[in-house]
Formats: sequence, structure tokens, C-alpha cells
Amino acid sequence: MLRKFIDLLTSLKLTIVCLAAGMILIFAGTLAQVHLGIWEAQQRYFQSMVVWWPAESRGFQIPIFPGGHLIGAVLLVNLIAAHVKRFQWNLRKLGIHLTHAGLIIMLAGGLFTDLFAVESNMRLSNGDTKNFSEAPRKVELAVIDTSDPELDQVTAIPEALLRRGGTIEHNSLPFRIVVRNFFQNSRLKMASEAGGSLKPIANQGPGAQVVVEPVPRATGMNDRDLVSAAVEIITPERSLGTWLVSDALGAPQTFSAGGRTWQLAMRPARYYKPYSVTLQKFTHEKYAGTEIPKNFASKVTLIDPERSVNRNVLIYMNHPLRYRGETYYQAGFEPDDRTTILQVVRNPSFIAPYVACIVVAAGLLVQFGYHLVGFSRRRRAVPA
Amino acid sequence: MKRFFPWLVLMLAAGWVIASFFPPKTKPGGPDLVTFGKLPVLVGGRVKPLDTVARNSLLIVHGKQTLLLPDGRELSAIQWLADLLFNPRLADGAPLFVIRSPEVLSLFGWEQSDRKYFSFNELASFGKQIDEQGEQSEKLESVQRSSFQSEILNLRNALVLYQRVKNSLRPDDAEGFSKELDAYAAAIPPAVEAAGHREKGETFDKSKLEAVVGFVGRYQNIANMAYMFAVPANSPQWQPIGAALLQALSTGEIHPIVRAYAELGDAYEAGDSRAFNQQVSTLHDWFAKDQPVATKRTSFEFFFNHVDPFSHSMDLYLLAFLLACGSWLVWTRPLNRAAFYLLLLTLAVHTFGLISRMYLQERPPVTNLYSSAIFIGWGAVIVALILERIFRDGIGAACAGAIGFTTLIIAHHLAGSGDTLEMLQAVLDTNLWLATHVVVVTTGYAAMFLAGMLAMIYIIRGVFTPSLKKPIADSLARMTYGVVCFATLFSFVGTVLGGIWADQSWGRFWGWDPKENGAVLIVLWCAITLHARWGGFIRQRGLMIMAIFGNIVTSFSWFGVNMLGVGLHSYGFMEKAFPWLCAFIASQLALMAVAAMPLERWRSFRGTIASDRKTLRRDEAPVPSPAN
Repeated sequence: MLRKFIDLLTSLKLTIVCLAAGMILIFAGTLAQVHLGIWEAQQRYFQSMVVWWPAESRGFQIPIFPGGHLIGAVLLVNLIAAHVKRFQWNLRKLGIHLTHAGLIIMLAGGLFTDLFAVESNMRLSNGDTKNFSEAPRKVELAVIDTSDPELDQVTAIPEALLRRGGTIEHNSLPFRIVVRNFFQNSRLKMASEAGGSLKPIANQGPGAQVVVEPVPRATGMNDRDLVSAAVEIITPERSLGTWLVSDALGAPQTFSAGGRTWQLAMRPARYYKPYSVTLQKFTHEKYAGTEIPKNFASKVTLIDPERSVNRNVLIYMNHPLRYRGETYYQAGFEPDDRTTILQVVRNPSFIAPYVACIVVAAGLLVQFGYHLVGFSRRRRAVPA
Repeated sequence: MKRFFPWLVLMLAAGWVIASFFPPKTKPGGPDLVTFGKLPVLVGGRVKPLDTVARNSLLIVHGKQTLLLPDGRELSAIQWLADLLFNPRLADGAPLFVIRSPEVLSLFGWEQSDRKYFSFNELASFGKQIDEQGEQSEKLESVQRSSFQSEILNLRNALVLYQRVKNSLRPDDAEGFSKELDAYAAAIPPAVEAAGHREKGETFDKSKLEAVVGFVGRYQNIANMAYMFAVPANSPQWQPIGAALLQALSTGEIHPIVRAYAELGDAYEAGDSRAFNQQVSTLHDWFAKDQPVATKRTSFEFFFNHVDPFSHSMDLYLLAFLLACGSWLVWTRPLNRAAFYLLLLTLAVHTFGLISRMYLQERPPVTNLYSSAIFIGWGAVIVALILERIFRDGIGAACAGAIGFTTLIIAHHLAGSGDTLEMLQAVLDTNLWLATHVVVVTTGYAAMFLAGMLAMIYIIRGVFTPSLKKPIADSLARMTYGVVCFATLFSFVGTVLGGIWADQSWGRFWGWDPKENGAVLIVLWCAITLHARWGGFIRQRGLMIMAIFGNIVTSFSWFGVNMLGVGLHSYGFMEKAFPWLCAFIASQLALMAVAAMPLERWRSFRGTIASDRKTLRRDEAPVPSPAN
């Protein structure tokens, strides 16, 4: 039994089946991108263990095809197992070994990137300074202690915790937060315009005049979920009331508790840095007489007191800024041409594909070169 | 005869190509449109000769590079452009705009007839309707448009382009433009004086100011509309003539280029060829002195347009393909030789075209879909010719001819959208990655198509003719196998280089963009093919079937993903190409089905198999390989 399993695991047939399954998955996933958008299709097809059908329903779903992670993992195991079992050290197999070693590096690197890379962005208008970047699709509930005029103390509650609901307590907070409602995607309306069917779920702040309508999760390429929640603040003495917190509400809402002033805001999750970036100027050049963009560039000042860095950097297309393990790319801009959007990436395994590419290319060259030499030798031996 | 035949073919073909190297002659006593065609203007961000502007504009509006008039005369692009610019009343009557859709015709209350070209005058009264309809369909994604909507939008865009070209060098209603300029120049100083008085709060002559206002509005208008920027200026870049005229308000002087174009136009309209030619040479000399680099380039581009290397190559590739196929039937040696020599010549012409484009654009060879077609053809032809040199059996030559011809036809049809040397989007503005990732990955495409072509020859010759003898079949199998290996290497390295580019520019090695997925599909298919071969799961015929499927995978990756209209690489949706792609895929599937017939039914194998099945099985042993 074990023997059979090992044979299967190391078989060339399994390799071919995996590769073929990979092709079908990628083809189907690519077509699905037309309707789902690149990001959503990527989640469902490539970054999943199985592909579910029907994709939308909350209830009954059946797995119809292995997902990208499953195929990749099986392929990786197959590759490693086959080599462990059949490994022979001789020159004839050098090419094959190199190629496959490179592929192992690449697959493992891909897995690492999926697990550990963090992508966020930094939106700066001319003159803005920021020491944080924001997650494109994740929010947090920031509870800010503003009583110290010098320094704000921020306690951030991640989206996942809000989704789970229940009571949230933290040492820095002299009160409990109870999540009353949570909406993954929602639309806000003024209660006066909404008619009678929906009632406001909050009784404090501007949210008390607003009703929340749950809507299905956003699937479009540029659509984002609008996360909303109703939270009740309860001090040891009494309940202070329920607030509506939502990405759409804008300005933070203020309340007092434990003799201090607090702010509540649902906002994109932030990643703070030990340094700051100031946008001096964003430029958007076009070719004369056309709308074709010629270049986008952000001139920024990088200030890092810890390392006594204070310098100007030009970030433009294909020329990112790399600093302290993070890379800043010119990713976009607002239509007014005054605001730049920088993509901020932290990817500890970014080197893997570079190494893999060189190793595989060398392996293929050795392998095919070996064939070619053999072939021309045979031809010379038998003149046509 | 047999001995000289290949040389004869080569000499005739070379003579035909060389004949096109000589510049076209101006009719004695007629306007010198050759020098006129070389004059540089800035369009779409690039300085190009008027000849290119004429060809591209006519191609966009009319669908062809020449215009047939009702009286039977055929206008070249530059003749048409000169008419349009300087004698618009004449040009407006020419049957120019293409309307094929009966729905569009019925919008104007016209019945469908044999005519498909309509003049500006005929359409002018429907301008508002066309504009409204066009605007509506512009709001839709190109995928969602009905055929009526895309045709009306094309018509609207063609009319807009036509109007913009027409108002590029002078307002289209100008009569005696140089006289108008004299009046304008004379009106400026008094108006400036009056404006100065007004500013100081003194009394001023209102009529003197108003004399200029009319001109200003008129020139502002053509400055906004102009398609060509005809006046070189140091800051920021070239200007339209209208803008240069407005500048005269502050400088007090009309730019010499504007003057010269005005007189040139008046001379053309009056039919005064001598005056026209004099102005043309003045302009030419002025540019040569003021813009030496641009002039050199535009002169070369004019020459390049005239030589038209890709059309010549296309015809020669077809001829070579026919010669190579012929060599399998009769006259083997001479036809084979002739095909090979002819291909070398054609490759030289093709290479000349490719390098010329690189010089004109100052870029690596592949920058858009059009140039990818040219490059794929070029790469495949080179590899095929190497195969031909090794095997000398006409197979490599036939492949070179067929792929060269097909890719150039594809390129020809991709050129319909205008300038094929367009400026690059900011993201693509990097010669390093264009030269590595793009070139390597397109070479991979070329190899895939070549492998597919070899397989097609194997199957067609094997199934339909008795000519697929064992040595030929074996050498075809070896070639296909070798080319698939080559394709694997290039597709893999090219794809990963693309990832590295993405990592360098966006911090994301892999983004599951459709074009990336397409590329990885090719790599996976190559990997499957090679592993199946090494594992002994397929033999000769299996390899061939898989290589043909490789054609489908590659065509999906090259064209199909662009039609999805998603992602960073979706440069241009081509609805017209869609049926062709489907037809190609269907033909490949059909060939695969034919190949899947039992070997007894193949004409080449009929006898062998009936007599001894086992021999063939043994002969079909896999290509020796050290695989696991």
C-alpha cells in the first residue's frame, strides 16, 4: 500500500496530470477574470485549495476542481519525491536536476510570497507627509486616545476581530467594545430618504441618522467592499450608546470615557513605518498632442531620524525606491494630477524568482545542449 | 536550365526588390510631392514625414493606402493629403468614408447598394446624428458594442480625424491664406498699441482691437483642432500652426514656416507647380538646417514607406513556400535550391524592414502587436532556415515560407489602426525589458508556431500523400522535438523575465494578468509535451498532435487574451480578428482529429502497416533521451 502510494507520488504520470490540471485551471481562471475581475478570480482559482461551485452561494457548494495552491503543492511534492527516489549524480542528468531544482525554488518562493508578502499603498497629495501605508482591501477600527496634545495613542482593531463579533477588550481601553452588527459590504443612506423599512442601528453620533443596507461582496476589478459595523461602548459603570462606524462616514467620531477624549474611526488598515515620506511634487507628462502618458513621477523626501536619513528621491515608472525591506513603486494617481498613489511592497522572498530563473535557464541549456551535441555527433557519424 | 533555375529566380526577385529602392519620380511640370512628402510634422508624439501621416490617415479613414476616384484616377496617399489640406473643396467630394453596415445607411435614410464609399459632402448634413450615435456607443466597452455601434463609432472617429487633418495647416475655409496672413500681420501692431492704451485706462481705438479678435478666434480654433503640429518650437515641443499664429500677437512676427506653408498651399490650390516647388524646397532647406536629426529620420522613413519591405517579403515568402512544396513533387533539387536562395533574399528584406523600424523608433524590435507579428515571422524564418540548412529536404523552407507569409499578412491587417510606430505608454518606456522579456517571449511564440507548422507538414503529407517516407518522418520528428525544446527554453525564460520586470516596476512578480497566464500556458504545454515524450506516453504521432495543439495555445496567448479586454497587456481589442482566431483554432482541431485516425488509413503508411505492424511500432521508438 505504502509502496503503491510512493510510486504514485513519484510518478511521471502524476507530473503530467498536475501540469494538465494547471493548464485547465489557468485557462478557466483567465476566462473568469472577464466577469470577476483579476483580483477576485485570483482568490477563487489560483490562491485556493479547491474551486467551488456555485461560487456565489452561501449554502450548498461542491468542490469542482483543484485550486492553484493544491496543484502547486502536489507538483512540488511530486517533484521533490521523484528526485529523492531517483537521484543519481552523473553529468547526463545535470541539466534535469538543475531545471527541477530551479522550479522547486520558484514554487517554494511563490508559496512564501503568497504567505508573507504584504502589499499596501500610500496616497500622497503635494506637500503631504505620511509615516504609514494603507491596506487596499482591509479595514480596521481605530480607537484613538486624543487627550495628550503631543501624541495620539491608537488602538487598532482588525477587521477579522470585528467580523467575529462579541466583546472586545484591551488593556489600553477603559471600556469594552461590543460589536452589535457587522456588514462586509454595505450601502449607507440617510434614514429620512430610506423610507420606513430600515431603522438606524446606532443611537450616537451622525450614524444615528443613517441606515445601513447590506449588499453582496464587491467583485469588480476596482470595486471595494464598504465595511460597516455598529459598536456599543460599555464602561464599567454604564453603556455609552451604540455608534455606527464605516469607511464611508469620513471624519472620526468623538466621545468621552474614563476622563479622556476618544475618537472612533473605521479606516483602511495601516502599516506604520519608523520613517516618513513627504511628497514634494507629482508630475504626469504626456506626449505632445496626445493623451498617451509619457511618464509619471513622484518627487518625495525620505526622513528617517533613526538612521539620520534625509534625502530627496524621485520615484518613477520602472524606477522604484527600495528602503528598509520595502519597495515604493509609482502605481497610480488621482485625476487632478496632484495626488500620487505609491504601491508599497514588503516581500522577503523577492529574490527567489531571480535565482530560479537563472538556475532553470542554465538547466535547460545544459539539457538541450546535450541533446544537440549528441544529435550532431550521430549525424556526422552517418553521413546523409 | 536546371542548374541555372535557382539563380534565375533569385535574380528576378532581387531585381523586383531593388526596383523599389529608387525614389518615385515627380511628373515634369507637376508639383514636387516627393519632397513635400518628406517634410517633418509632429503627430501622436512622434516627428514623422507627411507621407506617413498621409498613408496612416488614409488607411484609417478609407481602409486603404490609395484612393480611387469616380473618374478612374487613382490618388496616392500624399496626393490625397495635399488635396485635403490645400484644396478641401475638391477632397470633400471624393468617395472616401467606408460604410458597410446597412443599419448605418438606413440611419441616413439610404438604401443599401453596391457603393461602400461615401464622400464628406454626402455625410456632412448628418454630422449631428453621427456624433450623437458615436458618443453613445463610445460609452460602452468595445466588447459590448453591436456591429452598428462599432461602425458608427468608427465613422464618427474617421470624420473627426478628417476634419482635424483638414484644419492642420490652414483653416479649411481659407481663401488666399497668405493674403489673410498679411492682413493679420498688418492688424497686429495697431491692436497691440490699442490694448496698451486700454490697460493704462487711456482712450483707445476699439475697432483696431476688434480687427484682431476675428483672427484670434479663427486661429484658436485651428490650434485646438490641428492633427499635425507643423511648427518646431523649442518650448515645450512642436506647435500647431494655429498656436504659432497666436504667438505672433506677442512676438509681432509670423513664423517663417507658417508663411511658407501658406504660400505653398495657395500655389497648390492655384495649380502653380513652380511656386509650389519653390516653397517646398524652401521649407525642406529650412528644416534641414533647423532640425537636422528629424529631417534625416523623416527622409529615411519616406524611403522606408516607399520600399515597403514587408509587402515585398510577403509576396516572396509565398513564392518560396510554393517552390518548396513543388520540390516534393517534381524537380526536387532545383526547386529546393530556388526556394532556399529566395528565402535568404526575403529574409534580408524582412531584416531590413525590422532594423529600419528599430532605427525610426529607437526601440527594440517588439513594441506592439503589429511588431510582434513581424518579429515572430522573422524569428521563425531564421530557425526554419537553420533546419533547412541541416536537413536540406525542403521542409524547413516550406515552413519558413508559410510562417513568414502568414505572420506578415497578420501584421498587414493589424496595421489598420494607424501608426505602427506609435509612442509607448509610460509603463513600457524601458528599452532594457523590451529588449529582453518581450524579445525572448516572442521568440518562444515563433518557435511554437514553427513546431506546429512542422507537425502540420508531417500530418498533411502522411495522411493525404504517400510522400512521408520513414527517413522524412524521422527527421520531421527530430526537428519538431528540437524546436519544442527551443520553445520551452525561450518561453520559460521570457515568462520569468516578464515576472522580473513586473517585480521591478510594481513589486509583484506574478499578478495573474491574462497575458502572463497565456505565457505560462505555453510553458506548461511545452513541459507536458516533453515529459510525455520522455516518459514514452507519446511517440511520433503523439508529438505531432501535441505540437499542433501548441499552435492553439500560442495563438490564444498571443491574440486570445487581448480579446478578453482585462489587465495591463490588453493593448487593443480586435473584434475583427476574433472570427479568424476561431477559424484557426477550428482548423487546428480538425487537423488533430485527422491525425488521430488509425495509421492504416494514412496514405503514406497504408502498405507498411498492412504488411507488418510490429516493424513500424518498433521504428517509432521514442527519441533517445536521458529523461527519468
